[in-house]
Amino acid sequence: MNRSTILDEAARLRAELDDDFRDGIVESLYAESSRITSTTLSHRDTPARTTWDKLLDRALTHRVWGFVVMGVLLFGVFWFTIAGAAAPSGLLSTLLVEHGHGWLTRLVSPLHVPEWLTGLLLDGVYLSTAWVVAVMLPPMAIFFPLFTILEDFGYLPRVAFNLDRLFAGSGAHGKQALSMMMGYGCNAAGVTATRIIDSRRERLIAVITNNFSICNGRWPVLILMGTVFLGKLVPPAFAGLVAAGSVVTVAFLGVLVTLLVSWGLSKTVLRGETSVYSLELPPYRPPRIWWTLYTSLIDRTLKVLRRAVTMAAPAGAAIWVISNVTITETSLAGHLAALLAPLGWLMGLNGIILLAYVVAIPANEIIIPTILMLTLTLGPGLFAADSGVLLELGAAETRTVLVRAGGWTLLTAVNLMLFTLLHNPCGTTILTIWHETRSVKWTTVATLLPVGLGIVVTSLTAAVARSAGWV
Amino acid sequence: MTAADSSAGTSPACGDCVLNNVSNLRELGVSPAGHDIVAAVAGNPNTGKSTVFNALTGLRRHVGNWSGKTVDRAEGGFEYRRRRYKLVDLPGTHSLLSTSHDEDIARDFLLFGRPDTTVVVVDATRLERDLNLVLQILQITDRVVCALNLVDEAERNGLAVDSRHLARELGVPVVPMVARRGTGMTELLEAVEQVVSGAITTRGKRVQHRDNRLEQAVSRLSEQLEREFPGVANTRWIALRLLEADPRVERAVADGTLGELSTAATLAAPPGGNTT
Repeated sequence: MNRSTILDEAARLRAELDDDFRDGIVESLYAESSRITSTTLSHRDTPARTTWDKLLDRALTHRVWGFVVMGVLLFGVFWFTIAGAAAPSGLLSTLLVEHGHGWLTRLVSPLHVPEWLTGLLLDGVYLSTAWVVAVMLPPMAIFFPLFTILEDFGYLPRVAFNLDRLFAGSGAHGKQALSMMMGYGCNAAGVTATRIIDSRRERLIAVITNNFSICNGRWPVLILMGTVFLGKLVPPAFAGLVAAGSVVTVAFLGVLVTLLVSWGLSKTVLRGETSVYSLELPPYRPPRIWWTLYTSLIDRTLKVLRRAVTMAAPAGAAIWVISNVTITETSLAGHLAALLAPLGWLMGLNGIILLAYVVAIPANEIIIPTILMLTLTLGPGLFAADSGVLLELGAAETRTVLVRAGGWTLLTAVNLMLFTLLHNPCGTTILTIWHETRSVKWTTVATLLPVGLGIVVTSLTAAVARSAGWV
Repeated sequence: MTAADSSAGTSPACGDCVLNNVSNLRELGVSPAGHDIVAAVAGNPNTGKSTVFNALTGLRRHVGNWSGKTVDRAEGGFEYRRRRYKLVDLPGTHSLLSTSHDEDIARDFLLFGRPDTTVVVVDATRLERDLNLVLQILQITDRVVCALNLVDEAERNGLAVDSRHLARELGVPVVPMVARRGTGMTELLEAVEQVVSGAITTRGKRVQHRDNRLEQAVSRLSEQLEREFPGVANTRWIALRLLEADPRVERAVADGTLGELSTAATLAAPPGGNTT
């Protein structure tokens, strides 16, 4: 007896069996579990809770109301985040950026450290790190727990349920709604989560479109732009509402783009049948508020912050270097920004923003600090800042800097929000995509497709805005 | 029987007290170096596997109220009664019969990783659905402890589960618990320890196939497998997979990896000769 004869024997025995013997196996299992259940489980009175559950489900997964509730809840979460984060952000900025930098400079000055070293460490590394902490910590500390509570309660699977129909309609797998929701936390995690999708075709669609879920690192950009530009269009009383509304709009736009691109892919390069899938709604569970606050602080806020800081520190050094290494009397950053300026203009952005996106490929978290630092360095010397140094800049002054030194308009802010949604995935996500697909081709597609889409969309909005004379 | 690992893991004096079970638990987080026991956590999606996993290992991985949140194996460790456990959190699956990537991970680990014990987490409010998976796992291994989770939810829904009857039916210990609040955690640890140490002999329910010809074919193949791969525990189940022409199992038989995995170090080296 050897191995191959066992396989032959199995084949022979299989031929003797009925074609539907597999069903028989499953039936035996089901019959057994059904029998055990009936002898183990006893129903007492009719529960009151189930009807409450059902009522809630009927509202939350309603064809129309489901989406209304979704919008209202998301809006509420963002409004709360924006309204609540402003004060602590200002405080941290004053403490870390304004005073902290001064203290450190005075502390180091008697030590006679070479100027390039203090420049690199204090002006580059410290300031960009301090900026990331000041701008990102408060919104994250508010946003993530709120989102986690919705998740624990069992609401997010209902969102996935609502979206399921739309995904099936766009030729994708219903489970893509789940991996997409994960992407709203982190795209790298969302890409890994596509493993729950069996079909390779549908899985690739989910991987490629996951980038359209706005991740942790990108929320602060949207929240800041919404707050300092769009919120300022209306009287202060409505500023928070408009700011939150603009962020929700971009988030919904992300879902729309996901559906459109999924549809496009499933009609062209990734054609095929849509799998049938039934999504099971988990029961509602009362969220444990304190536990949630704790875990989401440890698990999300601090993790993202640590990543931002580890990325911001070298990026800060890099920015300082490219701002201070000069070729023919212009800094390296100046040359690069000038090189990117025409494309930036076409996209309704500018060369500095594009340069910041190149520098920020390792992590989306550092885009805003990079833009600010480069704007201060390369813009007209209105703020008497040294090269690569960011000084005395609270969140409230951000707008002034961007408008006066950067020449930003409303178009710039709106297109930056759009480009935040539609640009290449971050370095970690690209790496994850490669690990999951093991294909250079699909990794390239997943990287270049969003950024290509971003260039097209922002160029269009810029062209429309300019021809209409809005800017 | 495995001797206690080393003096390095000795708990403080009161932790040794038999009455003080929880203090016998030492969370080891993600570095379960030098473990004696490999334990798997399996179950349907959204039954609380990751909550059980976190409670045991002291890891604070966020677990959401989701289906299919864990898509890969997560590992952690803890020490209980001087045994060091490596705990593997498997992805939630409805069955072991299908072929999606997450079900493969769960199944391959149970089959080839040969955990010393498997904690199957069952949602008390969805007993019938979840028992399908328990029964399938029992076809592979009977070193199983059934964690009957969410009994509070079941109660609120007017359901009463007779866990002692369930234990008799399944032939393995059944521990009612509310993992979110840590209720029943001590009992679970005790049950796991007793299964591992051999204090409880489990006799997992083997589902008889109603079709006689199928039953005969399974026995025949199973005998041949036993002769070719002595030491492989679950030949009946493998025979069934062969009859179903499962390509992965066919490959494992053809290239002999099935045999290797039964003797040599597997995904995680099993401890030297405990109770088998």
